[in-house]
Amino acid sequence: MQSKISIKDLDFFYGKAQALFDISLEIPEREVVAFIGPSGCGKSTFLRTLNRMNDTIPIASVKGQVIIDGKDIYAPGTDVVALRRKVGMVFQKSNPFPKSIFENVAYGIRINGIHSSKEDLNDRVEKALRDAALWDEVKDRLSMSAFGLSGGQQQRLCIARALAVQPDVILMDEPASALDPIATQKIEELVVELKKNYTIVIVTHNMQQAARVSDRTAFFMLGKLIEYNPTQKMFTNPDEKLTEDYITGRFG
Amino acid sequence: MAQSSTLGDKVYRTILFAAATSILLIVAAVFYMMVQSSMPTLQRFGIGFLWASEWNPSQELFGALPFIYGTVVSSILALLIAVPISLGIAVFLVEQAPKKIAKPIAFMIELLAAIPSVVYGLWGIFVLAPFIREYLGPVLQDNLGFLPIFQGRLTGIGMLTGGIILAIMITPIVTAVVRDVLEAVPNTQREAALALGATKWETTMIVLGNAASGIAGAVVLGLGRAVGETMAVTMVIGNSPQISASLFEPAYTIASVLAANFADATDELYLSALIEMALVLFLVTVVINGLAKLLIMSVAGRANASKHT
Repeated sequence: MQSKISIKDLDFFYGKAQALFDISLEIPEREVVAFIGPSGCGKSTFLRTLNRMNDTIPIASVKGQVIIDGKDIYAPGTDVVALRRKVGMVFQKSNPFPKSIFENVAYGIRINGIHSSKEDLNDRVEKALRDAALWDEVKDRLSMSAFGLSGGQQQRLCIARALAVQPDVILMDEPASALDPIATQKIEELVVELKKNYTIVIVTHNMQQAARVSDRTAFFMLGKLIEYNPTQKMFTNPDEKLTEDYITGRFG
Repeated sequence: MAQSSTLGDKVYRTILFAAATSILLIVAAVFYMMVQSSMPTLQRFGIGFLWASEWNPSQELFGALPFIYGTVVSSILALLIAVPISLGIAVFLVEQAPKKIAKPIAFMIELLAAIPSVVYGLWGIFVLAPFIREYLGPVLQDNLGFLPIFQGRLTGIGMLTGGIILAIMITPIVTAVVRDVLEAVPNTQREAALALGATKWETTMIVLGNAASGIAGAVVLGLGRAVGETMAVTMVIGNSPQISASLFEPAYTIASVLAANFADATDELYLSALIEMALVLFLVTVVINGLAKLLIMSVAGRANASKHT
């Protein structure tokens, strides 16, 4: 398999407390990889090491390598701004900017100077909204505040906003955990659709969701990677007893 | 709440209620007294009192315009100087500085707010005024002397000195409020910007956009302070009821004319004129502070709302 991201011997610390232990993992291009595990197992922390979002925590430190497209993103001199443009992120709670729907999607395009003209900007915003399956719902009110959208629409707007800067990888941190079942289903369909063009890493609490959308699943517990296998195998015939216990609901 | 029938609790509740209502009564009483006492000038000059520019108590000429002008211009000067500095400090404290540095700086800013006005006034007379006379004034006149605002005599005492003193005095409160407002911006907004490849600067702009109405509130609150500030301004602004284009010329504010003249105002009309200006100042500061509170609350409200959804 062609690895988009390879993580090698990754340790993560909050101050002196170690939160991730010696994690190695290969994430193939244009697949969906799901991270599952009980609360506090480190799956979100791990996700946030992949675009260096943990840099914003002053006491956080990382050991090991995260290699994306052949380059270690923790090597000295890494351009974090460029990295984050390439590795987009969608958060647990939708977080649109206090701007119009159009300006939310246009923001990343503008700051990165991606567009060549006003029309190009409009086209890119429309494409991002279409790709996020939101265009038909918002095309008549692009200039209205993003806060007027429903929770599920806001989350898809955040996905459109992430897509607009043309990332290769999209990290999703429990993107549907605050949404109702219908909105959740839309997000899941979207994830499967986006896989054609993007590498997607999704953290989820919901095991059925992992089973439905992902090609591979990684199971974490107490900061350790317990098992990483194709999702099909993971949910039918896991290698580890712990995984089986978790998936069958014996704890967690 | 269960109603207790013991006598002690009844007395207790009555006392608390009286304490809470006393504040309303005091405000109402002050307002009533001011309207009553300014009746002589209200009846004699009407609304024209506000834009008459002659002020000569011995000839019974009472016009409030020079004081309104002085108050407005000195306050605007103060805002022009204080707002950028306060924004810079607050952004540094919230977005940039490590906690170890931010805490002591924030503490020092709060200390600045606790220094009595008269101390700033003395500093203004003995340090700031000579500095403006000897250094800042000549530099401004040499380079920008063609502008009417920088022409005229350099005494060190005047509108500019008053404005700078006011700026120093309102910086702590504006900084503190802007800092609170920036801290109320949810971290998810910063992360959203960073995740799109925003630089530190671009992320800060997103934060400021979130906080815009609260920052406006902080500015208006600073304006309220500047308009009402009395002692330090009285000591450095020159106390001359004139309207001059030059910032180096002496001026007068409403607050300082009240402070400097209430003891001399022996006849009824003079006293009435002062009290009518006090009434104007009272109403203006009430409106300004109310507006500031509303603006600041709008940001805090949104931050709380997003925490709970």
